Amino acid sequence: MPGNPLLKMEGITKSFSGVTVLNHVNFEIRQGEIHALLGENGAGKSTLIKILAGIYHADAGRIFVNGKEVRISSVNDAKSLGIRVIHQEISLVPGLSVSDNILLGAEEKGFFLNRKERREKAKRMMEDIGFAMDVEALVGSLSIAQQQMVEIVRALAFDNARLIVMDEPTASISEKDSEKLFSTILRLKEKGISIIYISHRMEEIARIADRLTVLRDGSYVGTEDVSRVSMQQIVKMMVGRQVEELYHYRVGEIGGPVLEMRDVSSKYVRHVDFELRKGEVHGLYGLIGAGRTELVKIIFGLDPYEGEIRLHGREVKISSARNAMDHGIALVPEDRKKEGLFLNNTIYFNSVITILKSFMKGFRIHKKQARETMEQYRQRLNIKYAHAGQLAGTLSGGNQQKVVLSKWLSAKPDILILDEPTRGIDIGAKSEIYDLIFRLLEENVSIILISSELPEIMNLCTRVTVMREGVITGTVDREDFSQERIFRYAI
Amino acid sequence: MEKGMKMKDFVSRSVTMIAFFVIIIIFSLLSDRFFTLDNIFNVLRQVSTNGIIALGIMLVIIAGGIDLSVGSVSAFAGTLCCGLIEGGMHFGLAVLIALACSMVFGYLNGILVAKVHMPPFIVTLASMQIIRGLGYLYSHGAPIRAINDSFNLLGNGYIGVVPVPALIFTGVAVVIYLILHRSKIGMWIYAVGGNKSCAIYSGIPGKWIEIFVFMVSAVCAALSGIILAARMYSGQPTSGQGAEMDAIAAAVLGGTSFSGGAGTVGGTILGVLIIGVMNNGLNILNVDSYYQQVLKGMIILLAIYADMMKKK
Repeated sequence: MPGNPLLKMEGITKSFSGVTVLNHVNFEIRQGEIHALLGENGAGKSTLIKILAGIYHADAGRIFVNGKEVRISSVNDAKSLGIRVIHQEISLVPGLSVSDNILLGAEEKGFFLNRKERREKAKRMMEDIGFAMDVEALVGSLSIAQQQMVEIVRALAFDNARLIVMDEPTASISEKDSEKLFSTILRLKEKGISIIYISHRMEEIARIADRLTVLRDGSYVGTEDVSRVSMQQIVKMMVGRQVEELYHYRVGEIGGPVLEMRDVSSKYVRHVDFELRKGEVHGLYGLIGAGRTELVKIIFGLDPYEGEIRLHGREVKISSARNAMDHGIALVPEDRKKEGLFLNNTIYFNSVITILKSFMKGFRIHKKQARETMEQYRQRLNIKYAHAGQLAGTLSGGNQQKVVLSKWLSAKPDILILDEPTRGIDIGAKSEIYDLIFRLLEENVSIILISSELPEIMNLCTRVTVMREGVITGTVDREDFSQERIFRYAI
Repeated sequence: MEKGMKMKDFVSRSVTMIAFFVIIIIFSLLSDRFFTLDNIFNVLRQVSTNGIIALGIMLVIIAGGIDLSVGSVSAFAGTLCCGLIEGGMHFGLAVLIALACSMVFGYLNGILVAKVHMPPFIVTLASMQIIRGLGYLYSHGAPIRAINDSFNLLGNGYIGVVPVPALIFTGVAVVIYLILHRSKIGMWIYAVGGNKSCAIYSGIPGKWIEIFVFMVSAVCAALSGIILAARMYSGQPTSGQGAEMDAIAAAVLGGTSFSGGAGTVGGTILGVLIIGVMNNGLNILNVDSYYQQVLKGMIILLAIYADMMKKK
């Protein structure tokens, strides 16, 4: 059973260039406890964690470890207190091997490295957790899921680990590996190691956490025993209002096929037959690497393919993204930071870039019209930003995603492809995006939705197509939806 | 089938090495003066100055930076060294002072990049001008003669049949090899170049590493400049113009990634040798130097293309 308080943070305050990000936040975790840290994006979770990890320094507040006040002024301070952090963004060195990454920063005293010893140590740690991987492989050659596993093992690389912070560790790994992670977490707990667990997946928190602390807009909201609160209450604490129901499934008449693929193959997918009907939300489910993203890349003209694609019954050859756009197809990509946004450009730039042509008057851009369109979508999607000249990179995840959406909606597509549209964004923004999906259906848009979250697929889609290793393994209609059935096709 | 795959794998991994041997074979067939012991040592001596600079600059590139100031540093160090010797200083002390001076230049480059967060391209573009100018100021724009038997040995001497510059090059290669591939500093260099924020989150002294690689690069450049001055019996403030480009070309030919995080000592040495053998062979064949330049550029493009194919 969880014992005495291991770590206590009191009155932590932090501001960045005048904006208060954390305002007198309290946090406490007991020894051997799994403590979930919750809050919408921008609530201050990551900042709190970075203060704990010695990356940021609090403006005010005190930190106690085992009842003794400590100062954490560098990453090494945090390490020597036994605090380890698995950061949200994968932070590995692609050019180094798995073992070097695992032991990075844990080099022995001398000048030279003992490679053999490091390899064996890394291998032992891998095996302890139950992950199977070649420790000599270069990290750059691994899949995202494998990299996440390396990251997890890395956090345990120090014998003195007493507190491990996991910031969305399951965001990009398969359910099977998530299971391994959970059993590792429970084993660590038995050893008396405390874990701060950050996740947007409520099911996970209900399953493994003992207590939870909620932050909202940089303030401390409260700490509760997980067994004593309902999901509704947690959501209410997070958003400050009752979200009655996340999903409002409402689909009108389903029409004829707008997109048909017959025996389509590319480098990554094989012999795909796929159909999208007018007015439907067609889910694409599968584990990471199943070929879902690769399939929609074909539809959006990003990957060359063989086979037949028909739009509205007419055979077409989609040769480029520009070509796909001309056919009324839009893709909201999976990685909004890399593929969806120009982070170093303004919101205005991002909003109009796809539809620039429609605002051109000779060589001049019709600025007024462009701004009006942008304003229209800002209101429609409820995007929160101070002014349109703000850089896109400064927005929270949810608002960034909305800007990406607005950029594509303004192109007025017939077929909208959403690739993991709610990954890593908070519940409030999620519910708004769900709502938007159904509003778009009313405007005669047909939607392909890729998601790794089964609840999302089951609540939003009229039917789901499941992929595994580049092949479609099955399609399930809404009447026949069940977790087991869909998941069986995926593995 | 299995064997075929392995063969293909081997070929794609060693494509630069194979190209190197193909070049040697072609030149050997075209001229009987090429593949002789004399000429081999001749090539080794010729490549050593570029090689030493390339090894230093490679560290900077692996750490995610770039150092354009190496040519100027090499000219400055050579000139300063000759000036001090002409002023009556012992040549050993003169060499040490020139090296120390360059180390300060490297340190300043490093500080501006690591602490002031200026982009390395801009910082070293500026310091390239400044250091070149300082060299002119010191020498009043004219070469400084340095006739000193022991000093000139550094450039022209032989130990047995092996030219001294080639020995120094080998020594530098061994030291850099030990740092990069055997020590923790080497791993930190890869880490900083491969993923800076990860390096910092891991508690690695990232800023210190950035400063360190610029210092090593400057010292290497200075050593190369001193060897050159010793060989030419004079320190020339105009020497080493464009040396940074030759060094970068050699490092990149050897598989050093321009985006940082990848590169090896062995690869860079191979890159240095390819450029050196090309120069030497084409000279022996009396190919017009204008053609040589065109050819060199094309080989670099080809090598990078082959490297990209191999990664796919």
